[in-house]
Amino acid sequence: MEQKKTIETQEKVIEIKGLYKSFGNYHVLRGVDLNLFKRENLVVLGKSGTGKSVLIKIIVGLLTPDAGMVNVLNQQVDQISYKELLALRLKVGFSFQNSALYDSMTVRENLVFPLVRNQKNLTKAEINSSVEEMLDAVGLLQTINQMPSELSGGQRKRIGIARTLILRPEIMLYDEPTAGLDPITCLEINSLINEVQDRFHTSSIIITHDLTCAKAVGNRVAMLLDGKFERQGTFDEVFNTSDERVKPFYDYNFIQ
Amino acid sequence: MEHSKAGQEILEEVKSPGRLSRTFITLYDVFQFMGRFFKEGFLPPYEGRELMKQCYDIGYKSLALISLTGFITGIVFTKQSRPSLAEFGATSWLPSLVGIALLRTLAPLLTSLIAAGKVGSSIGAELGSMRVTEQIDAMEVSATNPFKFLVTTRVLAATITIPILTFYTAMVGMLGALLNVSMSEGTSAKLFFQSSLESITFLDITASTVKAVLFGFTIGMVGCYQGYNSSKGTEGVGKAANSAVVIGMFLIFIEEVVSVQFFGLFRS
Repeated sequence: MEQKKTIETQEKVIEIKGLYKSFGNYHVLRGVDLNLFKRENLVVLGKSGTGKSVLIKIIVGLLTPDAGMVNVLNQQVDQISYKELLALRLKVGFSFQNSALYDSMTVRENLVFPLVRNQKNLTKAEINSSVEEMLDAVGLLQTINQMPSELSGGQRKRIGIARTLILRPEIMLYDEPTAGLDPITCLEINSLINEVQDRFHTSSIIITHDLTCAKAVGNRVAMLLDGKFERQGTFDEVFNTSDERVKPFYDYNFIQ
Repeated sequence: MEHSKAGQEILEEVKSPGRLSRTFITLYDVFQFMGRFFKEGFLPPYEGRELMKQCYDIGYKSLALISLTGFITGIVFTKQSRPSLAEFGATSWLPSLVGIALLRTLAPLLTSLIAAGKVGSSIGAELGSMRVTEQIDAMEVSATNPFKFLVTTRVLAATITIPILTFYTAMVGMLGALLNVSMSEGTSAKLFFQSSLESITFLDITASTVKAVLFGFTIGMVGCYQGYNSSKGTEGVGKAANSAVVIGMFLIFIEEVVSVQFFGLFRS
C-alpha cells in the first residue's frame, strides 16, 4: 500500500498547546501539543482510553479542557460565546464512531435536519439537490427513504459522513471511522475519506486504531502515548522505532 | 445518572461526597435545568413545528387510553357512590357529586398519572437513548441547540396538552356517569348536566387548570431531565424511563396535596 505524502502548506487550521484534561483522578491528556495544517489528513493513533476521542470532543467544544489552548480556525474554542461556538461548529464536521444517526428520521430527514436549521433561505429544490449530491458522493443515493435501522454498519458510517458534509465544513473530525467494519468496508471508508479530502478540500483529524486506515488516509500520523503526542510524522517515521510502546501496534496490525 | 458540567465540577471539589452532598448537587442540577428551560423557552428561535409534533404525540396519541380510563372511572365512581347517598335519600345529588369530584381531583390526577406512565417514560427513554447513542452530541456539533429542540418543546407540549386532556377526561367521565345514572334512575342528559354543572364554580375550574398545568410541566420536566442526563449504556436508558415515571408520580401526589391545601384557603 502506498503511503500518502505530507502536505506542503504550513497554514494551521487547528493549533493545540499544552492541553490537559482529567476525569476525577484519571489524567487523560497531559500537555498535548498538536497542529492540523490546511488540507491535510492527520491520523491520531493510540490505545483505548488514551483520550483520542476526548481530544476531538474538546476541539468542537463538547468537552472543556482543564488547561491549555485550543485554537480552531483562529478562534480559541473555550473563550468564545455559545453563539460563536455554534457558528464555528458549522465549519467543523464531526463523524461519530457509531454514526449517531437520528433513529426517528429517514436518511433524507437526517441530512435535511442540519441543513434547514443552519441555512434558512434555501428553496425546496436546493435542499433536495444538496441532499442528493451528498448521498451520491457517499454512493448511497438509493437509501434516501430508508430508516437508519434498515442500514448496515458501513452504510450508517457513510450516511453519517454525508450528514456532516452537507454543511460544507472546512475541517472534518472522524472518530474511529472503520471501527467494527469488515475489511472490504474498511477499504471503502478509507477511499471515501480520501475522496472527501480531494473533493471538498477538507482538513481532517482521523482517530483510529486501524493502521491500514492510518497508512491509507494519513498525510501525517501522531501517536498519543501517556497523554502526550510523543511521536509525529509520516507513517514510516512514526513506526520506524524500537519504542516498546509503539512497536506492538505495528506488529499486531501488520505482522500478526 | 450523570450530573451537569457544573454539577460534576462541584462533585469533584467535594472530597468523597456523601449521600446528602449528592442530593444537594442533584437539586442544584434540577434548578439549573429548569432555569435553562425558562431561558431557552422564551428566547427565539422558536421550535414551532417540533412543538406541534410533540403536542400531537403527547396529546392525540394519549386520547384512546385517557378516554377509556375516564369513561370507566365515571361509571365506577357513580356506581360506588350511589349506596352511600341512597342511605340518606340523596341520590339526586349524584350528578353534583360526580361533577365536583371529577373536575376537582379525579380528572387532573387520573390524566396526569396516566401521562406520567405513558408520556414520562416515553420522553425519558427517547432522550436517554439519544444521549447514549450520541444523537444529542450530533445535534450539538451540527450547530443545533439540542436543549431547545428536544427539551423545551417536550416540556411545553406536556404543559399545554395535559390541561386539555384533563378537561377531556372530565367530560368523558361525566358521560360514563350519565350512562350509569340514566340506566339506574332514568335521569335525562339535560337534567344530569344541569345539576352537575350548577355545582361547579369558577374556582373549581381555575384550580383544576392550575393543577393540570403544574402536573404537565412536572411530567415533561422530569422525563426530559432524566433522559437528557442519562448515563452511558442501555441500563441508563431503562433507569431514565423508570425514574421519569416514579419521580413524576411522586411529585404529582405531593403537588396535589399542596394545591388542595392552597385552594382550600379560598373556599373557606
